Order: sequence, then structure tokens, then C-alpha cells
Amino acid sequence: MSGRLWGALALAVAVIAATGAAAQDVVKVGMIAEMSGPFAETGRQMVNGAKAYQKVYGESVGGRKVELIVRDSTGPAPEVAKRLAQELLVNDKVDFLAGFGLTPNALAVAPLATETRKPMIVMNAATSVITLKSPYIVRVSFTLAQVAAPLGTWAARNGIGKVYTLVADYGPGIDAETAFKKTFVAGGGEIVGEVRTPLRNVEFAPYLQRIKDARPQAVFIFLPVGEQPVAFMKGFAERELDKAGIRVIATGDVTEDGQLEAMGETPLGVVTTHHYSAAHDSAQNRTFLKAFAEVAGPDFKPNFMAVGAWDGMAAIYESIRRNGSGPIDGDRALAALKGLKLDSPRGPIMIDPETRDVVQTVYVRRVQKRGGRVFNVEFEQIANVKDPGK
Amino acid sequence: MRVRGLWLEAAFWLVLAAGFVLWPSRLPLASQVLIAGLFALSYDLILGYAGILSLGHAAYFGVGAYSAGLLAAHGWGEPISGLIAAGLLAALAGLITSPLVVRGTDLTRLMITTGLGLLLFELANRLGAITGGVDGLQGVEVQPLFGALRFDIYGRTAYGYVLAVVFVLFLAARRLVRSPFGLSLRGIRGNPARMRAIGCRVDLHLAAVYTFSAACAGVAGALLTQTTQFVGLDVLSFGRSAELLVMLIVGGAGLLYGGFIGAAVFMIAHHYLSSLDPVYWQFWLGAGLVLIVLVGRDGILGLGHRVLGVRRRRAGPAP
Repeated sequence: MSGRLWGALALAVAVIAATGAAAQDVVKVGMIAEMSGPFAETGRQMVNGAKAYQKVYGESVGGRKVELIVRDSTGPAPEVAKRLAQELLVNDKVDFLAGFGLTPNALAVAPLATETRKPMIVMNAATSVITLKSPYIVRVSFTLAQVAAPLGTWAARNGIGKVYTLVADYGPGIDAETAFKKTFVAGGGEIVGEVRTPLRNVEFAPYLQRIKDARPQAVFIFLPVGEQPVAFMKGFAERELDKAGIRVIATGDVTEDGQLEAMGETPLGVVTTHHYSAAHDSAQNRTFLKAFAEVAGPDFKPNFMAVGAWDGMAAIYESIRRNGSGPIDGDRALAALKGLKLDSPRGPIMIDPETRDVVQTVYVRRVQKRGGRVFNVEFEQIANVKDPGK
Repeated sequence: MRVRGLWLEAAFWLVLAAGFVLWPSRLPLASQVLIAGLFALSYDLILGYAGILSLGHAAYFGVGAYSAGLLAAHGWGEPISGLIAAGLLAALAGLITSPLVVRGTDLTRLMITTGLGLLLFELANRLGAITGGVDGLQGVEVQPLFGALRFDIYGRTAYGYVLAVVFVLFLAARRLVRSPFGLSLRGIRGNPARMRAIGCRVDLHLAAVYTFSAACAGVAGALLTQTTQFVGLDVLSFGRSAELLVMLIVGGAGLLYGGFIGAAVFMIAHHYLSSLDPVYWQFWLGAGLVLIVLVGRDGILGLGHRVLGVRRRRAGPAP
């Protein structure tokens, strides 16, 4: 009887000791992503991207397990994002905040990162201003100006003199328009017309007719990822703008890898600039694509958002490795992240030590068929592009 | 029965006040439930008592939220005066739009309120220079409450602040619906033509309650801005108006507490389901809501009343 009691006691002590030890050896990453609602695609890309990284590089680093806690911000809902961050920090005691597909959510959480001195890894939200809002924010994705500005330079240099711009009428659209216009006009190009379309618009016929009448050599577009680029390309073909000698140039969101196949043949020949293409030829990208397919299934095509999460996890792993065995210290983690160089599926990237924003190669790509499937094929690259918005 | 009701009411608020001890780690969620509850209460005043069906009530919530945000972003960070100013501005917005809303029947009201909500959303989107557009308004800095209590990361100050404000406005609403004015509102909901015939100025009554309701909604919005220290376009979204209707129907319309119960059930279910299953939680939430409405025709409170055998104090069936 008493022997059994002692046995039970010993077991209890062992269990407590084990959980205590485990608690020290776990690093928690609180990921706030848009898992439901109209932006659910963003969240699913990010979570699967992060999981793919853990599949390849293991769930622990430096002898410590990295636990990913995913919370759904439900869409552009800053108050939900902030509340989730509060709970992750206070209740779950996370060491890193990560995720963030939409700018308002990232901005609302920024003060908490400062207050608690926890590193906040922005894996997607693409407005320039975000990294200025807390010294603990590091961005591994891109900014819209960063990918739109090189397109202006490229267009002006490659015989496109007259451009009509069409962008969705909201912050990112206006950012893209401004960045493109600046470099395009500086390169000697001329803007022959510009229009901003309502965010909920899917009927492009009247705009397309106006563009056709203005006879530009190309139309620059920025539309949010989703059904709008599909609708635009459809209307573009129906109204025969291509036969009128008008080309489409855009940022890579428009011919995003996940949606590209849904667009059929119409986007063939469209030239875009972006930081990632699924067709990027590198060993690291092949590893990424393979792992992503294993985690998310073969029907779910990864795009730049998944790559952002993959690189975010890479940055987190690296800062855990450099932190050593003690508890994760925010300032030490930031020191490790500043100037960090990573071999990303998109190519080499670096975290700018001054702005904590990503510095990367921007590629000029053309939509082409390869082996029966449609891809963004890279044919020119501009190395070490910084965010021109800062 | 009256006395028992009073005890229940006291217990309700005492439990909320004990929240600091009962759910210390869930204070941020509890604050947002209370804010949603106040918003639903404001909607209950016009739907449950006056019978005005609206799908654009987020407009006033948004006016309050942006007023508080803009004041705080431009240097007026004192929370209480900011809150009052935001409430007054929302009331003004309610007063100006009330002539459009109070005339007409349910269907026209639905269309007009939906239209007003969409207009305001698009306006805030277009005026990016002032509102920050889709990126949200930056630089909202709310000063400590009474100059001493900082809005802390645990959400303690925020919870106390929200609870106090919600309680005060609840008392005002309770007084309002039990006054002769409140009685005539129920009369109008039952039969506006007859109320007109006995000499009641129906449009004026409706405009008055609509304005008060807008003020409450505005205060709820301002509370959300001040406790989040940020405001984005979502405060004006159609989804917020629609969720509001769901919360009130789930809780029970025309019972004052229905909004709080509905908001609590909706948001807590939302919170737990979405952490259990971040991808498909909406399915379970929807299934739960359908079940609640099927089982309890007048929402959770209506069901509770039937189970307890309490005589309904309401004038008639829900519209």
C-alpha cells in the first residue's frame, strides 16, 4: 500500500519536474493571421508556409522546441488583433509575435511590441510605415513601393513611353501608383491617363473603353489579390485591348502564383515586378515547394505570402539560435535580426540594420507557359532593392 | 416579482464588477464584450422598443470611434472629455439622419440605413488624408485615465473604464424605457397609426430615441478606439451592423439585457471556436446561432423567461 503511494508520489514529482523543464525549453511564437473572412487565403498561406519551414528544419532549434500558436484576426479588425496580441503576451507568454497580413492589424499591435520588448515579425503587411511604429518590428516580406518602383524604371528603359494607370482606390493602390509614376516619369515616360477604381468593383468595362481610347502603349495596374485581376484580364481580352497594341504591366500581386492558373491564357505576356515567383530556379525554392505541398496538399498553390511566413520562421529560428540557452531577450533578438542575411526561396534577402525592413532582389517577370502550366518567368533582376518609401 | 428582477439585475452588474477577480486573464475580451453589449443596447432601443429596423447602425459607432480617434491623434488625448465629445458628435449625426430613417416602413428603413452605412464607409475610405483610409488612423494616443491610470497591457484600466461608462449609459437607457416616453415608444411599435390618432407625435418620438441610440452607439465606438488606441475602417463596415442584429436577436430584443447576453454569447463563442479551429470555426458559430434561434424564439433571454415562467413585461411580439 505504502509502496504504491510512494510510487505515485515519485511519478507526480517526475511529471512536475518534466513539465517544468519543458516549459523552459519551449519558445512560443504567437502568430496572428487572417484565417477566416475575405482574407482567409492570406492566413492559410502564412500558416502553411510557417509549418512547411518547421517540417524541413524541425520543430526545435538549439535544443528548444518552437511552438506555433495561431490566432485568427478574422480580417481587417485592429481591435481583434490587438486583443489577441494582449492575450498571447499575457496569458500564453509568447516570445515572438508574428504573422500580420493586413496593415491595420500590424499597426494596432505595434505599441504592444514596444511595451513588452518582444520581437514582432511582420510576414506580409506591405505598407512602408509599419516598421517605423516600433523598434521591435522586423519585416521579412516586402513593401508595395519596393516592387512597384523598379517597374517604372524598367518600363521607361524598354521602349514604353506612354502609360495609363489603373489602381484600386485604397492605400496600397495609391502607394503603388505613386511609386510607379515617380520612377517612370523620372525615366522619361509619360502618364497619359490615370483612374482609381472602387475597392469593391469587379466591372471594368467602362474603364477599359476609356483606356483603349487613350491609346497608351501599356496600362499599369494594381488590384488586390483575388477576383479583381481575373475580371480585369477577362475584360481586357474581351475588349481586344491586346489587339490594339496595349500591354499590361503590374506588380506581382496581379499575377500571383496561387491565382495564375485560374486566369487561363489571357495573362500570357503580362510583365510584372515582384520579389517571388514559384518558378524561381533555386535549390531553396524547390525545398520550399516540396515541403509546402506536403503540408498543405498538392492543390493549394503557395505564393509570396507563404514565402514571407517561411522567411519569418527562418528569422525567428536564427535569433533563437543566437540567443543561447537563457530566456529570449527582445533586445538581443533584435540585435541578431538586424543585418541578418537569409537564403530565401525567393533568393538572397537581408534585414536592413537601420530600418529593420527587408532588402531584396526584385525580379522582372513575364507570364509564360512552361510544360503546359502558366508561370511568372523571371528574366531580369535588380539586386538589393530597399523600400523607397523611407 | 419586481423585487426578484431587481436582485437579478444587481447580481448581473456585481458579477461584471467582480470580473477583475473572476476572469483576470480575459479582461481585454471582457471589455470588448461590454462594448459590443453597449452597442447592442443602443440598437435594442430603436429595434426592440421603437421597432426601427436598421442595417446601418455601425455608422454611428464609426462616427464615435473616428471622433475619439481623431481627437486623440490631434492632441486631445484626455479620455473622458474625448468620450463625451464623440458621443455628442454621434448624437448629432443621429439627429441629422433621423428624418430620413423614421419615416417609411421596415423595408425602406432597411435600405436607407444600409445606404447611410455604406456611404459613410466609403467616405472614410476616400478621405484617407484625414482618416488614414484602409491603413487605419495612426497616432492615436490616449492619456491615462484621470491623469493617473495608464491603459495597461492586462486591460485592467480599460475594463474598469468601460464597465463604468456602460453602467451609466445602461441606467440612462433603463430609465428611458420605463418612462412615459418609453411606453409611448412601445405604443408606436405596436401601432403607429393609432398612436397618431391619440395625439402622439410619432416622428418626434422616433427621432428622439434614434438620436439617443446614436449617441450610445457613438460612445461604444469611442470606447473601442480608446481602449484599442487605434481605429480602422472596420468600425464602419456592413459586417459590424449585421453582427449587431445577430447579437441582439440571439440575446433577445426589447429586454435591455438581451444585447449584453447576445454579445457575450456571440463573442465568447467566436473567441473559443476560433482558437480551437482557426479555419472552420464559422461553421460551428453559424450552427450554434441557428440552434439558439430555433430553440428560443425570442433569443436566450426569451427562453430563460419561458423556462423561469416569468411574465413578459413586453408589449407584444417582436417585429
